[in-house]
Amino acid sequence: MLSYALRRLVTTIPTLFVIITVAFFMMRLAPGGPFDSDRALPPEIEQNILAAYDLDKPLVEQYLLYLGRILVADFGPSLKIRDFSVGELIAAGAPASMELGFSAILLALLFGVTLGTLAALRQNSATDFSVMSVSMIGIAVPNFVMAPLLSLVIGVYLDLLPTSGWGGGDLRYKILPIVALALPQIAYVARLTRGSMVEVLHSNFVRTARAKGLRERLVVVRHALKGAIMPVVSYLGPATAAVMTGSVVIETIFGVPGIGTYFVNAALNRDYPLVLGVVIVYAVLIMLLNLLVDLLYAVLDPKVRYS
Amino acid sequence: MIHTTAGSDGLARVEEFEGRSLWQNARARLFRNKAAVASLVILAVIAVLAVFAPLLSPHAYDEIYWDRMQQPPDFANAHWFGTDNVGRDLFVRILYGARVSLAVGLLATTVSLVIGVTYGAVAGFLGGVVDNIMMRIVDVLYSLPFMFFVIMLMVVFGRNIFLIFVALGAVEWLTMARIVRGQTISVKRKEFIEAAHAGGVSNTKIIFRHVIPNVLGPVIVYMTLTIPQVILTESFLSFLGLGVQEPLTSWGVLISEGAKVMEFAPWMLFFPAVFLATTLFAFNFIGDGLRDALDPKDR
Repeated sequence: MLSYALRRLVTTIPTLFVIITVAFFMMRLAPGGPFDSDRALPPEIEQNILAAYDLDKPLVEQYLLYLGRILVADFGPSLKIRDFSVGELIAAGAPASMELGFSAILLALLFGVTLGTLAALRQNSATDFSVMSVSMIGIAVPNFVMAPLLSLVIGVYLDLLPTSGWGGGDLRYKILPIVALALPQIAYVARLTRGSMVEVLHSNFVRTARAKGLRERLVVVRHALKGAIMPVVSYLGPATAAVMTGSVVIETIFGVPGIGTYFVNAALNRDYPLVLGVVIVYAVLIMLLNLLVDLLYAVLDPKVRYS
Repeated sequence: MIHTTAGSDGLARVEEFEGRSLWQNARARLFRNKAAVASLVILAVIAVLAVFAPLLSPHAYDEIYWDRMQQPPDFANAHWFGTDNVGRDLFVRILYGARVSLAVGLLATTVSLVIGVTYGAVAGFLGGVVDNIMMRIVDVLYSLPFMFFVIMLMVVFGRNIFLIFVALGAVEWLTMARIVRGQTISVKRKEFIEAAHAGGVSNTKIIFRHVIPNVLGPVIVYMTLTIPQVILTESFLSFLGLGVQEPLTSWGVLISEGAKVMEFAPWMLFFPAVFLATTLFAFNFIGDGLRDALDPKDR
């Protein structure tokens, strides 16, 4: 398994290379540049600015220079946010984004699996029906609708929690964005869990466990859950990607100082190095988490063997 | 379907019944599913409203009433859903938004369908090294943060509605390719494919005439689930300000405008959100219904 993990790690390198290349050239093919403004700069000054950032060199040379700097984890300077390097900006924004994302995934697993199991245990009951309808709402109402609604009802009408900002990391500011980000995932995980739990509860080994006279709690938690959780584990990869993209919107709506906010602004401002940096960070995260999920799968499911 | 009955002479006789095809069965099962039928009706209503939008209201979608900005629903002036920030009728704008959202949903899904089905069928049918390489490419593409590329694409090439179709279609074909490949591999071992080979039919013809029609079931199910996905993604882009351009609108744009003023004009958020959510609901229910109808497992 270790050799499998290592091999997978090695294959992420060409993938990352493709991502960097595509992102780099796509940004540069765009009309408009980072220093376009309504007031035209004198040509000499513009030339100097471009030279300062190596933007006057041929595109291929810039690309090679960029690759060389990436190797030593230098993302270059931000073109728009003066005096900050992309590395510093990402380091400043990442903690908030990570906290949002991981809390959302954790919530999704906790509530999704619990609700799904409850629904499956009381199949076709009122509990089942209400969990499934609520989760359908969670899937059909996108988070950019849910988020403003949450902040309107809880933040404005009921005045319980602040509607935006990060408050320097105060917990009260984090609740709404995390909940808004987690809701669709909770819904999805609940549906997945219910589906596979219903199937597993009808299987022979569960019947055996019950026949042995195990308490229902043990049957469900020890035996059934282990089988039923597999689809949820394999959904973790796509879930991470969904949470990361979702966090771009959630950060914008709630004014969270994370890297998602940077990404949108940087793309609109043609801040090439910042866009590339954020894309690379997200890509690496997604790939690492996918690897982790695959390994977790092998640990949980004895039928899966990686050689 | 072959059925054995005892004849009047006491001997077993084989009678032939008129067989019901998979599709007839599926249709019957789908129409027994109340949620799916209700969803079909709702979608049809929204589609008809969108098509006949200009006939349904006295207002044009881009007509600005300077004296009626951010008016709540007002029946005297036929602003059934109120007006927006610059005094345009919200009802008509939502229906024009429906046109954009539904068109994006259908066209982008078609793009993904064409790419995904062809790619998957070719990979599954040819097998071997070609299959290996083609699916490896899909694996690599899967691990890309696609949304970010779509956002970059929109920024780079401007807010072009045709680009939205193509970009979203190009993003959504991966799962389709995987499903079709899996189906193709199981279909290609069947006798009728062998017969076609023996009859000297070319590979291309076998793929398009014999393989693809036989993998359509799961493809249709997945397609119904892709449409809401695409509509959602388009709204997401519009919400970020990367969608269609003014004065044209889409549900995502309307929701984004509504979200900004929800404290003073909640109807501007409420009505487009209801339309979007209802549509997504309906497509999801139809997809679930189709899956149940076409799944041979619980026949």
